[in-house]
Amino acid sequence: MQYMLALYEDENVFMNLNEAEMGELMGAYNAYTTSLQEAGAFVAGEPLEPSATGAIIRNHNNTMQVQDGPFVEAKEHLGGFYLIDVPDLDAALDWAAQCPCASTGTVEVRPIWNIGD
Amino acid sequence: MRAEDSYTLAAETARTSYSRLVAILAARTRDVALAEDALAGAFQAALEHWPKSGVPTSPEAWLLTTARRTLIDGARHEAVRERVMPDLTMMTEEAHRLRDASEELFPDERLKLLFVCAHPAIAPSIHTALMLQSVLGLEATHIAKAFVVAPATMGQRLVRAKRKIKAAQIPFIIPEKDQLTPRITAVLEAIYVAFSTGWDEAFTEASKSAGLADEAIWLARLVVQLLPENAEAKGLLALMLYAQSRKSARRNQAAYIPLAEQDTSLWDRTLIAEAETALRAASTLSEPGRFQLEAAIQSAHISGLLQGSVNWPAIILLYERLIRTAPSIGAQVAQASAVAMAGRADDAARLLEGISEQAGTYQPYWAAIAYVERSRGNYEDARTAYARARELCTDPAVTEWLAGKLAELG
Amino acid sequence: MQYMIVAAESEEDMAARKSTEPGAFEAYMGPWFKYSTEMQEAGVTLSGNALETPDTATCVRVRDGKRQVQDGPFADTKEQLGGYFIIDVPSFEATKEWAAKCPAAATGLVELRKVATLEEEK
Repeated sequence: MQYMLALYEDENVFMNLNEAEMGELMGAYNAYTTSLQEAGAFVAGEPLEPSATGAIIRNHNNTMQVQDGPFVEAKEHLGGFYLIDVPDLDAALDWAAQCPCASTGTVEVRPIWNIGD
Repeated sequence: MRAEDSYTLAAETARTSYSRLVAILAARTRDVALAEDALAGAFQAALEHWPKSGVPTSPEAWLLTTARRTLIDGARHEAVRERVMPDLTMMTEEAHRLRDASEELFPDERLKLLFVCAHPAIAPSIHTALMLQSVLGLEATHIAKAFVVAPATMGQRLVRAKRKIKAAQIPFIIPEKDQLTPRITAVLEAIYVAFSTGWDEAFTEASKSAGLADEAIWLARLVVQLLPENAEAKGLLALMLYAQSRKSARRNQAAYIPLAEQDTSLWDRTLIAEAETALRAASTLSEPGRFQLEAAIQSAHISGLLQGSVNWPAIILLYERLIRTAPSIGAQVAQASAVAMAGRADDAARLLEGISEQAGTYQPYWAAIAYVERSRGNYEDARTAYARARELCTDPAVTEWLAGKLAELG
Repeated sequence: MQYMIVAAESEEDMAARKSTEPGAFEAYMGPWFKYSTEMQEAGVTLSGNALETPDTATCVRVRDGKRQVQDGPFADTKEQLGGYFIIDVPSFEATKEWAAKCPAAATGLVELRKVATLEEEK
């Protein structure tokens, strides 16, 4: 069973980290990724650039509209994700809780949709 | 055996078997809705046949066979049939093979189902309803009435929760040791919500949630049986039994009778004895908790009133421990009332003053203030407080009782 | 350049996924198959996944060492995260074109996000 762990973080906190703090955070994420890999649970994972570097695209009635992002007006924004493969939701929630993001932001756990079902 | 006795026995057996089979099927497929679909018709048939023909030797085998036949007959359930048939066929065969064996037919999966219903990934507001439906087989319309929501809304919430259980793959397991305590707490809290709902509504809207308190007690007995080492499960059972024992004494016709004025001869001594046993068994496990403390408070009230003298200092101490363990406005107001009953009205007034900000719309808070101020001779304040309590009260019988108190003050 | 196409779908689209009305699922799914096939043929897709509907989501936080688990998705918005693609394209302009073609852009919206390359940050 695959789950997406969507990482929602306060970008301001992230951007105001000094070099040492940033190094520490990177170290925590690396360690987390490694433990996912060692457990055989890691499928994929990507960090994202801050939401202000992205864009919102709509194409309603074939009219393309481009807006500055992000679309969720919240303090925390999607900062990256992991795709994991584990037996059930309890295992997914355990991994989510261990993610560095869970201690400062929010980790959303969402099952991957197997369209055949 | 009288006709209604044979019906009661049949209904009880059918319900026990039904809940065991839903749990087993759901544990195999992780699909609660599917398990219910497969067995609902068989359950109805059991309620029709068993009172007349007697409870079969193996109720589970009977229900499984009937469920299979219903599914084969019902073309409407084609999708259901395809999904559940292999499991049902296998289990029916298993049930028949073991029919005469003395050992238990199937492992009991109901505890796992209870843990699924009260899983942290399912909104707490739906835990109770989910349990009532999947473990007890109550219909969504019945549950909706008890929780005062539209049947369609309740139906949607239940469908949504069951879809999540399946889609997100919530596992049917007994949680690991480090998670066990919070997970059991969630199960017990959901059961207590069912009880309180039944209790609050027992007289105001008799038809709506009739029996919900009994259903909750049934669930608590089940948890006690399945988790014999859990002290709080026993505490919760004791708490609910103490409350239920006074059911007949809570009202005279329609009039509200406060605890201290109840006719103790109307109290159900069998339930009180069962509660005492459960609470004593809980205390030997040396794991105190909120429900045991609340049960101990009930026990102290009941034994005090039966003996003609209530030990208020002991009750006040129990409330202090309860507030430390599980702080709540209700416990604080009740503690203040106990302090007032112990003759310390000035101390009680100070305690109530301390929670005035949080308790502004809590009816028992104003009733407690009224009592305390009357004891201190502040009749004007007592009148104001009774009037406020009456405004906030939603139970017509209690409203009338409060109006009576107000009238006494002139 | 790697970008993440985050598909934020409308409530109607989310409902169509589970609809039992004849043709509703096909009407919803058709454009997605066409879109992902087109991207694959163009050789831009690195990966992608559809997500279960938001009502199957669970949020996890850890505060003061204690785990908090909550039913439901993080964002309380009209459009909801329904899936994503990671694509590799030469420019931001090209990404926008692919985003505009995404079925979610027609009924909901698409958020484009640049995938961070950790070396660059140093």
